[in-house]
Amino acid sequence: MKVELSALTTSPQVKQVNNAASERIHWFWFASPQTFYPLAGRMVPWFVWLAVLLCIAGTYVGFFIAPTDAQQGDAYRIIFLHVPAAWMSMFLYVVMAFWAGVGLVFNTRLSSMLATAIAPTGAIFTFLALWTGSLWGKPTWGTWWVWDARLTSELILLFLYFGFMALQAAIDDPRRADRAGAILALVGVINVPIIYFSVVWWNTLHQGASISMKSAPTMAMTMLLGMLLMALAFWMYSLATILSRVRSIILEREWHTQWCKEEIRRAS
Amino acid sequence: MKPRHKRFLLIGGGLTTLAVAAGLVLSAFQKNLVFFFTPSQIAAKEAPTGKRFRIGGMVEAGSVKRQADGVTVRFVVTDTAKVVPVEFRGSLPDLFREGKGVVAQGQLGQDGVFQADEVLAKHDENYMPPEAKHAVDQAQKAAKTVIQ
Repeated sequence: MKVELSALTTSPQVKQVNNAASERIHWFWFASPQTFYPLAGRMVPWFVWLAVLLCIAGTYVGFFIAPTDAQQGDAYRIIFLHVPAAWMSMFLYVVMAFWAGVGLVFNTRLSSMLATAIAPTGAIFTFLALWTGSLWGKPTWGTWWVWDARLTSELILLFLYFGFMALQAAIDDPRRADRAGAILALVGVINVPIIYFSVVWWNTLHQGASISMKSAPTMAMTMLLGMLLMALAFWMYSLATILSRVRSIILEREWHTQWCKEEIRRAS
Repeated sequence: MKPRHKRFLLIGGGLTTLAVAAGLVLSAFQKNLVFFFTPSQIAAKEAPTGKRFRIGGMVEAGSVKRQADGVTVRFVVTDTAKVVPVEFRGSLPDLFREGKGVVAQGQLGQDGVFQADEVLAKHDENYMPPEAKHAVDQAQKAAKTVIQ
């Protein structure tokens, strides 16, 4: 391990820090941007391919195998996009807040970069959930939008993502931007349980969860299969985009280091 | 205590305080955050009077009656305990069915009839193919005959 380390690291300062860390805990090995950058680069193509394959499988099951719904007809098929997108929007926010919090506490650069990289993907999924929900709401409920607790709290989630991105973009010093963003992300995490439980706590127009930990899913098996395939596809897509985005952020922020300069020279 | 432990405690404490504050705010808002009132709540005079609000429940089976003018619909909203008659002029959403969920916005008249200006269908969380639905209906019908 130590031989590898000294071979990879170039500046004596970095070498010292890495050696000190690796003597105690080895799993922080990939916490350094320099070691994480090639690892992420190797993982991205795998996740891209998995995302493509799962998306094809999920779409096929969703359109050709899953039966029409007894009440809604074919309009229900939006759930193959809507539900996984809504799950991802909430889950990614929690992950973003977690890494932002880790960055705030331990001053680890990579965690903060990960949080920054997650935000746009989370915002896209939030928008997708709102948009597809609206498209579904018009034929099913009879309205594009209502201000019920579920829809409103999901909209607040979108604003939290936008706020996080805007705040980080507004501060020039990346370390200060990380800290300010982390506080916003951590405060906003309170919204996630509110979104999830809104349909339980209050009367809402939005229906309750079809899938929960406590009881059997209230939907046909093939419908469930299509939805889970799409959810997995969204996971893989998120991993692929977040990892490739974090690579760009690493190069952007560490461009002054020797290894980044070499990396950029090799790529161009 | 190292600075990072101090930061961790500070953030943990801050988040706990925030969670408690949010919990208090939400429980204080409990009454105002409802999207609709149920017929039981209306019977208990919990719904605002002389103001527009929403009523939610099931459309009672066999209660939907189209008036002679062709655009006015009357139906009864029930939560299985209490009922409220509703009158509505306009087109109903596709999923408006007897025995299914509904949310109507409007005002409660002096005569106890809810004058709705917007009717939304409330979908439940069950998704099933038509054949399964048919089977469930048959089973329920069979169960009823056995009881009778």
